[in-house]
Amino acid sequence: MSIKLEHVNYIYSPETAYEKQALSDICLEIPQGQFIGVIGHTGSGKSTLIQHLNGLIRATSGVVYYEGRNIYEDGYPLKELRSQVGLVFQYPEHQLFEISVLKDVCFGPANQGLPEEECVARAREALEMVGFPEKYYDQSPFELSGGQKRRAAIAGVLAMHPRVLILDEPTAGLDPRGRDDILNQIARLHQQSEMTVILVSHSMEDIAKYVERIIVMNKSSVLYDGKPKEVFSHYQELEAVGLAAPQVTYIMHALKESGIAVDLSATTVMEAADSIEASLKKAGKETVGTV
Amino acid sequence: MIRDITIGQYYPANSIVHRLDPRVKIMCTLFYLISLFLFKSVLGYAIALLFLSFCIRLSKVPFKFIVKGLKPIIMLLMITVIFNLFLTVGGDTLIQIWKLRVTTEGLRTAVFMAVRLIFLIMGSSLMTFTTTPNALTDGIEKLLAPLNIVKAPVHEVAMMMSIALRFIPILLEETDKIMKAQIARGADLESGNIIQKAKSMIPILVPLFVSAFRRASDLAMAMEARCYHGGEGRTKMKPLVYRKRDAAAYAITLVYTVTAVLVGRYVSFHIWIF
Repeated sequence: MSIKLEHVNYIYSPETAYEKQALSDICLEIPQGQFIGVIGHTGSGKSTLIQHLNGLIRATSGVVYYEGRNIYEDGYPLKELRSQVGLVFQYPEHQLFEISVLKDVCFGPANQGLPEEECVARAREALEMVGFPEKYYDQSPFELSGGQKRRAAIAGVLAMHPRVLILDEPTAGLDPRGRDDILNQIARLHQQSEMTVILVSHSMEDIAKYVERIIVMNKSSVLYDGKPKEVFSHYQELEAVGLAAPQVTYIMHALKESGIAVDLSATTVMEAADSIEASLKKAGKETVGTV
Repeated sequence: MIRDITIGQYYPANSIVHRLDPRVKIMCTLFYLISLFLFKSVLGYAIALLFLSFCIRLSKVPFKFIVKGLKPIIMLLMITVIFNLFLTVGGDTLIQIWKLRVTTEGLRTAVFMAVRLIFLIMGSSLMTFTTTPNALTDGIEKLLAPLNIVKAPVHEVAMMMSIALRFIPILLEETDKIMKAQIARGADLESGNIIQKAKSMIPILVPLFVSAFRRASDLAMAMEARCYHGGEGRTKMKPLVYRKRDAAAYAITLVYTVTAVLVGRYVSFHIWIF
């Protein structure tokens, strides 16, 4: 029950002036149910990586296994794979095309060969999951606001009931509130179902709050792969490759340097606040004790 | 997949052909194209082939890349060959199947037509491979400048052409992205009869049109914001200036055209029927 990549290499436009190694020797295992963040700079290969997971692009060399089966093997049902591994592209609203939102969301399930009532039921359920207001169901998707379009597009993939949901920069171009809304909804989805969620982003701040594992991509290969705390402990190295740890990490390190014993592994504002409070209380008690 | 379409794309390399003045490249390509239609014998095509391979070698564009540009015209090529092969009358009959007759004249025209088309595409794609869209427009604008006297909107036409050329790769990439997004949603683009196939294009064409219009309006806005007002009184940062190598290129092309046309037309040299 997992996706496994073994020594995956991918080269764009081989043997031309535009040749570019986009992935080099990637080995990863993604167990079912994890909430993963993939982070990296523009051009680090993260978008290329996720397109391998549902077989949209074929690795130049190496193998991708889904539930133990090689997806490059002859006769492998790629269509089936794509409905199990749902991929939401960057700016997914650019793929909307139907005359109403509901119909557009039905496109995926209809391609799976489901009867119409089932499609509509799934579409309604998916739209509800992403918090899309019901009064717009019959509107043209082109008349919606940016955030609503994005929700509709994400629902279009969710309606296919994927077991793995991959989102490429789902918050790009949204305002802070829209960003938080969408990320919270995704987190809730992950809690409610047993879906694997893979969130691609270039912002640590976005990811730190939600995910249980972070994969850092740099120059077409995996730089770090581990729990957020572990990854952020390399904050100096992350900075060297142009990424930054969450602001909290910097504050905690600064506090520690000025002599306050805080927990350096805090990654969210809440954790940091607790840790600071605890250490202040402790320090307070000690001073009381000496007096 | 769709990235393989190479027509109208620029291929960056550091070669003398890339550095030539765009006007030279346009004029030379024009001469070359005209010359292709003036040959009568195989000798002319041989000289054209020599000239073309010489230019390709100089340009450092991989031969494979240029051949790839032929892919989209394969259908056209086949139709031309088949029509010419069976419908040309005259000459001796080579093969006869039912009412269809292949004559020596038919075979001759078909082969020459195919070679001509291939040379045509290769020659003109060599020009676009070695010239950036911007340089190309500059060249066209300069060459057509005399038409300004009759109040033809030369600058505007040149600008439209360069925008169109510039947008080819962008729209291709966009198509690729949209196709992938719809395939990820289970769209089936390959199977089915012609009507089903046409229907399955809707999820790709609608978003593509929407994005093309969006891009066009963004671009118009950006041009407006930078006070673009057409060609009048507009100066260039890098005006086109002829250099020695440009004169040399003109000379070589002229020599080629004259020899090829003279030899191709008047030296009677025949291999079998060609």
